[in-house]
Amino acid sequence: MTRLLEVRSGAYRDSVSLMLLSREVAGRPDVSNVLVAMATDLNLRLVRDLGFDPPAAASPQDMLVAIEAEDEEAAAAARDALDAALQRRPEQRSGDAAGAGPARTIGAAVRRTPDATLALVSTPGGVAAIDAADALASGVDVMVFSDNVSVEDEVTLKRLAVADGLLMMGPDCGTAIVDGVGLGFANVVRPGPVGLVAASGTGAQHVMALLDACDVGVKHCLGVGGRDLSEQVGALSTFEALDRLDADDDVDVIALVSKPAAPAVAEAVSTHAKGLSKPVVLGYLGPGLPDLTETAARVCELVGGTWSPPRRWGAAVPTPAAPGHLRGLFVGGTLCDEARLVVAPVLGPDLRESGHTFVDFGDDALTLGRPHPMIDPGLRLSRLAAELADPSCAVVLLDVVLGLAAHPDPAGDLAVVIADAAKPVLVSLVGTRDDPQNLAGTAERLAEAGAIVHTSNAAAAREAASLVGSGSR
Amino acid sequence: MTDRRLTSAAHVVTAGAALFADALDAQVVPTTRVDWSPPAAGAEDALKAVLLDPRRGPANARAVRQMLGATALLTDVRTAGEALGLDRGHFLHAGPPLSWERSSGPMRGALIGAAMLEGLAETPEDAERLLGEGSLTWEPCHHRGAVGPMAGVVSPSMWVFEVTDETSGRRSWCTLNEGLGKVLRYGAYSADVLDRLRWMGSVLGPALQHATREHGPVDLLTTIAQMVQMGDEGHNRNRAGTLMVLKEWFPHLAESGLPASDVAEIARFVGGNDHFFLNLVMPACKLVTAAGHGVPGSTVVTTMARNGTDFGIRVSGTGDEWFTGPAQVADGLYLGSYGPDDANPDIGDSAITETAGLGGFAMATAPAIVRLVGGTVSDALATTARMYDICVGENPAWAIPILDFRGTPTGIDATAVVRSGQLPQINTGMAGRVAGTGQVGAGLVTPPMDCFVKAVHGLAGQVEQAELSAQPG
Repeated sequence: MTRLLEVRSGAYRDSVSLMLLSREVAGRPDVSNVLVAMATDLNLRLVRDLGFDPPAAASPQDMLVAIEAEDEEAAAAARDALDAALQRRPEQRSGDAAGAGPARTIGAAVRRTPDATLALVSTPGGVAAIDAADALASGVDVMVFSDNVSVEDEVTLKRLAVADGLLMMGPDCGTAIVDGVGLGFANVVRPGPVGLVAASGTGAQHVMALLDACDVGVKHCLGVGGRDLSEQVGALSTFEALDRLDADDDVDVIALVSKPAAPAVAEAVSTHAKGLSKPVVLGYLGPGLPDLTETAARVCELVGGTWSPPRRWGAAVPTPAAPGHLRGLFVGGTLCDEARLVVAPVLGPDLRESGHTFVDFGDDALTLGRPHPMIDPGLRLSRLAAELADPSCAVVLLDVVLGLAAHPDPAGDLAVVIADAAKPVLVSLVGTRDDPQNLAGTAERLAEAGAIVHTSNAAAAREAASLVGSGSR
Repeated sequence: MTDRRLTSAAHVVTAGAALFADALDAQVVPTTRVDWSPPAAGAEDALKAVLLDPRRGPANARAVRQMLGATALLTDVRTAGEALGLDRGHFLHAGPPLSWERSSGPMRGALIGAAMLEGLAETPEDAERLLGEGSLTWEPCHHRGAVGPMAGVVSPSMWVFEVTDETSGRRSWCTLNEGLGKVLRYGAYSADVLDRLRWMGSVLGPALQHATREHGPVDLLTTIAQMVQMGDEGHNRNRAGTLMVLKEWFPHLAESGLPASDVAEIARFVGGNDHFFLNLVMPACKLVTAAGHGVPGSTVVTTMARNGTDFGIRVSGTGDEWFTGPAQVADGLYLGSYGPDDANPDIGDSAITETAGLGGFAMATAPAIVRLVGGTVSDALATTARMYDICVGENPAWAIPILDFRGTPTGIDATAVVRSGQLPQINTGMAGRVAGTGQVGAGLVTPPMDCFVKAVHGLAGQVEQAELSAQPG
């Protein structure tokens, strides 16, 4: 039997609070008696009756802590529990935010919402780092959708996150799935055994869409931002994301979808991946490396799914193309990169020199002060109309990305413009069957307008390349 | 695998594009939307530098921990000359430093009264001449670790409470409260005002010195904890606190050997002045905030003070530098026939109570005083709720019953003020604009945003310096 007595000066609490605390601590195992009370004459008598010997100098301004327990360890544990309870914020906070109006900062919102786990930042790029830092300081993971965040700020933010064991997704993180919840431009996927780490938004969306077509679900898709695997950032978020996925019992296979990493970083990522308990598919996209469709097939195989080949809609024999060049008009940066990689071996390694051009309308330079083209397709639509009228353009390749938060009917305006086209238009369609825009319906409307539609971006790019110059053959 | 928190989107906080919050709503995910607006123009870069400073989180936690670890014991009652080493002809005053030329009516009135009280001038005209020509000197109370309500003028013969923080050994001082209405601290200096001050010097001060020394240290933070549970917010309402401290002194006064008429007069004077305890809350709060001062990288505000012309703040991480803006006129109720045109801009060091988490920050516990501005009980609750949004921590010792005993918001984060536009709420008295008038009312006021923006720039400068000095070579 051990007795622990402390007299704490300047630690006033009202008697009701202290009685409740006493009762709570007394309920611990190996604790026989507890009295936590202000040192009034009455309480001093009570504590003496329990066999304690309080100092004569104790005054009603002092808090008495008297604990009787089996041994010293149990007494110390009971005192720690009391200290924790004294510091604890009340769980019920009736009406405390009543009438205060909405929170004006992420920090304030998180403090008002103790069960918040994640903040989604899409404030203007110049100040987004401020909001992201606020989220991390509040102890929640953060997804930064905003682009135009400097790489220096990105590194600083990610170091702040790593120091606190938090995950920073982005900046310029277009898509994420966190425990089945779609964030940003996310597709509606079923829950499943795959965990993705995406250094590229539309690349990950594409892999998820192809997996969905094979009934392979995705639990998490953690975006890390396009620069995470650069020398400067050093995969700070990729490591955290990989560890999170490895720790999740529902995830069986992990895949990384990214542009090629800086050599030193690639090596560090490989080493890290080898140390994990689960298989990791490193889906780097680059010359001579598997395309996104092949990466998806590999993941499907690893989880034991049945690969269903990507679909194609439209005329079996396309309109022959007049002499001229290929024009790629993309809203997805990674889809644009992949298309370039796929057509390069066919159309010549230096596409620009041979007159074939690709535009990524989601690039930072084109979104400054303007919504993303997945939300506002206006800029690309007018460019498409111009290309269709331009005799030097022989074939057009473009992407349509479905999903939550994307334009509700991307096919509508496109179909009107494509219907007038006198040259081949190929569409790479990224979406799942549960996406709100209706995948099959979108494909059919575009095909009716004369487009050739693929659910594999690589396949669309290959067919586009094969059509260039087909009319003169 | 380490025990890592699973990645979850159980509750998402969003800032920025409504579209992404809508997409979360569509997935039936609990979402809190931040009412985001861009930070004050010109403050973006400074805010970013400060928010991305890795020292900030730990520094703020440390500042608040130190604030909550301070104690405040009333240890003595002495003359200012003795306690503060004030020389004849030198005065202390409220707020940031101030010249005679820029001094407002009540500040001039209080200095005139103090000069006459000290026998430095026979008439107000003489006093004004001496003050104007620079043969008398003055400096802020805060520069000596003291605090003064309203004009806050302290002269050597005035008696002060001496309050001690046992944790740091630091001491703070504040004059004895004169009561309401026509009093020196509101800028009145008529014969009855000076007579009262002389009685305080010859009877009240020595009597309270005797009672305090006989009683032994009075734990002010514990008394404040109790008054907060009795409906006092410690700035505009100090009724319970006043009676509690009188209760401590009274037996010693009765046994002091003073004539019964003096004891009765003291009891009447203290008991009849609901604000008597304010002058003990203030130095206690000064010790609390001083404990959090001077932590490099901390953005916690440690001083808010007004001199009737300027509102000044000081921040933990920027040390003793003042950041000022124009003092505002309070919104409130007026005595007798006074109106808004009679009121002087905000004055006094008493905003130290808000800086420590009382006053406007504890408004929820004192709904009676929101009626000063025609407010409702819900307004009182909402005010405290809003203050949690701009504070780093909470003080569990000062628990508000109506908020389920949640601690008062403590540790104003200057960056949160600038980012949210949410200004600290201050409860205050109003002095007459014209020297010699006295009190004209009481009400609510906020600081100018300017001083917080300047403080954030000052903090950003400190970050830059810290980074430079961290560079090798």
